[in-house]
Formats: sequence, C-alpha cells, structure tokens
Amino acid sequence: MADTNYDRQNPAFYVLIAILILMSVGPVIILLANSMRLDVDITSGVGGLIFMPTIRNYETALCDILWYEPEHLRFCQIRFGGAFINSIIIALISTALTLIFGCMAAYALVRFKFMGRDTVSLSTLAVRMIPPAVLLVPVFGLWNNAFCLDNDYGLGAWIRDTFGGRGDVCLAGTHSGIIIVYVAMNLPFVIWILQSFIVQVPKSLEEAARVDGAGPFQVFFLVVLPLIKPGLAAASIFTFRIAWNEYLLASALADRDTMTVPILIVNNASEFDGLGTIFATGMLLAIPPILFTLFASRQIITGMTAGAVKG
Amino acid sequence: MNRSTPYLFIAPAALVMALALFYPIGYMMWGSFRDWDPTQNISETEFVGFANYVRLWGDAFFWESFSVTLIFAFTVVVVEMVIGVGLALLLDRNIRGMSVLRTLFILPMMIAPVVVGLVWRFMFHQTYGTFNRFLNWIGDTWWGNLLGIGPVDWLGQNPLLSVIFADIWQWTPFIFILSLAALQSLPRSALEAARIDGATGWQQVWFIKLPLMAPVLVVTMLLRLIDAFKVLEVILVMTGGGPGLSTEILALRIARTAREFRELGEAAAMSNYLLMLLMLLTLGMFAFNRWTEARSRKLKFAAEEEG
Repeated sequence: MADTNYDRQNPAFYVLIAILILMSVGPVIILLANSMRLDVDITSGVGGLIFMPTIRNYETALCDILWYEPEHLRFCQIRFGGAFINSIIIALISTALTLIFGCMAAYALVRFKFMGRDTVSLSTLAVRMIPPAVLLVPVFGLWNNAFCLDNDYGLGAWIRDTFGGRGDVCLAGTHSGIIIVYVAMNLPFVIWILQSFIVQVPKSLEEAARVDGAGPFQVFFLVVLPLIKPGLAAASIFTFRIAWNEYLLASALADRDTMTVPILIVNNASEFDGLGTIFATGMLLAIPPILFTLFASRQIITGMTAGAVKG
Repeated sequence: MNRSTPYLFIAPAALVMALALFYPIGYMMWGSFRDWDPTQNISETEFVGFANYVRLWGDAFFWESFSVTLIFAFTVVVVEMVIGVGLALLLDRNIRGMSVLRTLFILPMMIAPVVVGLVWRFMFHQTYGTFNRFLNWIGDTWWGNLLGIGPVDWLGQNPLLSVIFADIWQWTPFIFILSLAALQSLPRSALEAARIDGATGWQQVWFIKLPLMAPVLVVTMLLRLIDAFKVLEVILVMTGGGPGLSTEILALRIARTAREFRELGEAAAMSNYLLMLLMLLTLGMFAFNRWTEARSRKLKFAAEEEG
C-alpha cells in the first residue's frame, strides 16, 4: 500500500461523501418517516423528523392478514396483505426458475461448441434492450386470446397443460402467466452475467471430474455451480428485484386475485386521503431491496460490474 | 459427452424465451398490420397494411411523446454520465466512508420504481412537499426574500424537469459505481509513469484515465441509455404523463393507446417504432464500442512502452 500516504485527504472530501450519503438515503428516510405518521401530520408537516411514530398505517395496510383487528379500522377496505403474498410467490418462483434455466444456458454457451451457438448468444444479447412496454400489447393479446384456444395453437395448449391455467380460461390472471413473462424477461440478463463467472472456472477441474466418471450434468451441478456462487447470488438479487418491483406487465396480466403490490400502489397512489397507508405499503415493498442493499452490496456491485465490463 | 447435451442445457431457457419473448414480438409485428381491438381474436381482425404506421406518422401526439422520450433519455444520460464519472474521478482514493457510500448509493436503484415515484411526487408536492418547504424556509430569511426565492410548482409547471431529477437521483450511482470499478482496474504502470513525468491531475484525467476508461464508459452509457427508454413507473406515478402530454414518454403512450383507447394495432406499431429506435442505438453503440476498444488498446500499448 504505497499509496496510503498519497491519499491523505483534505476534509472537503469527507463533507462531500457525507452529502452524497445524505442525498441517496434522504428520500428513503422520508418514506420511512411518512409511513409512521398520521395523515394529518404528513400534510401539516409539523415537527419535521421528530414525531411520535405510529404503526397504524401498517395495520391498515396489512389488515387482511393480521391475526387481530386493529382498533382504528371499522372494516378492512384495501387488501394489501393478499397482494404481498402474490408478490412473494411470483418473485420467488420466477427467480428460482430464471436462475436454474439461466445458469444451464450460460454454461452451455461458454463450454460447449454446438450448431447455432452464435445465434443463441447474439439473440440473448439483443433481447436485453426490449422494454417491457413493447411486450405489453403482444403479451396481453396472447395471454388473453391466442394462448386460450384449446387445440388451435399447439403451443398454447401445451402451456396450459403444463402450467395449468384455470380450466378453460387463459394464462392471463394466473400466477404462472406473470411468472413465465418474468422468467423470459430476466433470462437474457442472467445468462449474460453468469457467462462471465463461468468463464473463470478452471477447465481442469471439470476435466478431472469427468475423468473420475462424472457425466456432464454431474459436472455442472456438483463442480461448476458451487464455484460460481457469488455470480448466482448477484444474479438472483437482480432477478428478484425486477420481478418484485415490476408493475406494467403485471398490471396487464393480473386480475383481482393475482394482483401484486406495485399494482395496488399505483391504483391507490392518486387517493390522497390514505397517504400514510400508501407510504406504509411502499415501505413494505422497499424492505427486501433495502435488506439486500445492506447485507449483499458486495454481490450487487460485483454483478453490476460483471454485467457491464464484459461488453 | 453426448451430441445432444448442449441442447439439453439450452432447451429450458430457449423454450421460455421463445414462448414469452420471441413469439410475442413476432405476434406484435403481425398485429401492427391489423385493425385490432382487445376484444377480438387477432385472426378475426382486418388486415390494414401499413395503415397504423402511416397514421402515427401524421399524429402530432405521437411525435410529441416521441420528442419527450428523446429529451428525457438523452438529458438524463448526459447529466448522469457527467456527474457519475466526475464523482468517480474525484473520489477514487482511500477515504474513510467510501465503502459506506458505495453501499448506500445502491439503495436508489434497488427500490421499486413505483415507490421512487411515490416518494418524489411527495417531495415535489406544491404545498407540503420537502423541496417547497425548504424553499419557503429560505424565502423567509432576509436574503432569500431579497433574491426572491419561493416555492415552485414542480409537477405543474416543470414536470419534465421533476421526473428528470428523480431519474438522476436513482441512476447516477449506477454510473458512479461502474466508472469507479473501471478506474480501479486501470494499469498502475501508466498512471505511475505519468506522475513521474510530472503530469498534473487534470492531464492525468484527460490524457490517461478517461481514454483508458473509454470502453467501459461506452458500455455503461449504452446500458443506461437503453434503460432510460424503459423508464415508465416513476413517471407514471409522479405525473401520469401529464400535465397535458408534457411527460408522456413513448412507453406510457403505448400503454395508454392499448388500455384506454383500445387501439392494439396502433400501440403495436408504436412499439415497433420504439423497438427500431433502440435497435439502431444498440447497433451504433456496439460499432462505436468496437472502435474505441481498438483505439484504447493502442493507447494502453503506447502508455506501457513509455513507462
């Protein structure tokens, strides 16, 4: 560390860092503070950051899954709790599927030479730029119409048999309908990130395992996967984040029973009388990403740089 | 190893992407040539050729939101690049607190855009928003009064500026973190040589650091630009595209055309325009990237020889 002397800094840098930290955390603190205030206090703004916190907003938000009845509520009007369960189901399952499919594909693209490899890797790269808004129309159309027809579209019938729509109805309005879109949407990114981790696994290890008689799938699951854990962690955080936060496609596909939290927030954001409740829901939605940030920032940064540097 | 093994590894991912990505895109292209509304099955709709595309070409609202999209995306990317790279150059040293900053800087990117929009809409609120409260407070001091500082109607009068602010808050850290990583992986020898030769701080930045970082910076900018065209939720929650069409970016217009106006054919044509624009950007950037990479390799070589 010959540079330690060179890097002795003047105090202005510490001030700058403090300001930057404040700027990035400030809005989150406002969110947290407002979620624990009564509506009157939010709009009057008395007291700034010094106030009596209340959990009333959280009680209102979660009223349909609480084990007791909050005193201040006459009836449970908004069903945020159910939406939370939907969000959790959809985010977890789609993350798991994306990771499994993604690391298998990434492994094949890095390690095997096969016909069509370049096509696959190029198209994976190209679809990364597709905005969700572009998928909105076709996915809405397909999930509501084409993928419902019994046997006219072989593909549609296959999906329904495999993932189980609701009887005669379509993929739209089911958890699986949303999950499959998220998996497809996140795969290109996950494949791209994991490739850069798999490249670093020494080939000799795999060959040694193969000499000992392991098949390709054993090599992959028992040798390669444990070695790319940091990559898997980064990829899973990114995938989870997108699936957890996504609004547009979910809002086109979900119905009353499969609604996710972002949809509820957008639907209720315009009503200013439930301000505190909306902030509480926002805070609840923000908690997993905040926890990831605090406890896995290293993995996140690794993932971000791996995704960009390997251009 | 069996010949079919690679395909077995690829199959699940390929299948899902084919079903929920490639097929829908093809479906959209097909639908963009049809007079299509959501209640119909697409095969029953009427084929109208390029009518949807031509209609958009003469649609002032479409062009309005097209230009809003371009202004938003390019402003945001330029400002974020300047601030992000600048901060990285400034803070690329061993300072206490840097790791805390790097951790907390990720926060804005991780939180749901919907929630970001919610908080920023609150902060920009005319009467009880954080910014106007602060401006009021300054306006009450004698010097603030003298300068005529007072509350601003952020979302009403400066809506585009407001959403740009929110995006800058959310995404500048992305560029900061990537350029910091790029800076820290620069070859030590080149910097050392420059320092010994007596290059000033500015000269080091301008002639050594920035040229060597160029490939990573271009990729970062490309990623950010593509993402800037994907932004939707923050704007939806903050302004809903309004007032008027002042913040109605293309993504929002597509969603509205499909949902409110129920013109799926037109929305599909619009999606296609957006897709073509992004394709063009991506290709251009890749070409540029290849060019800078060749150039920086030459530079790196020269720097190493000099050292």
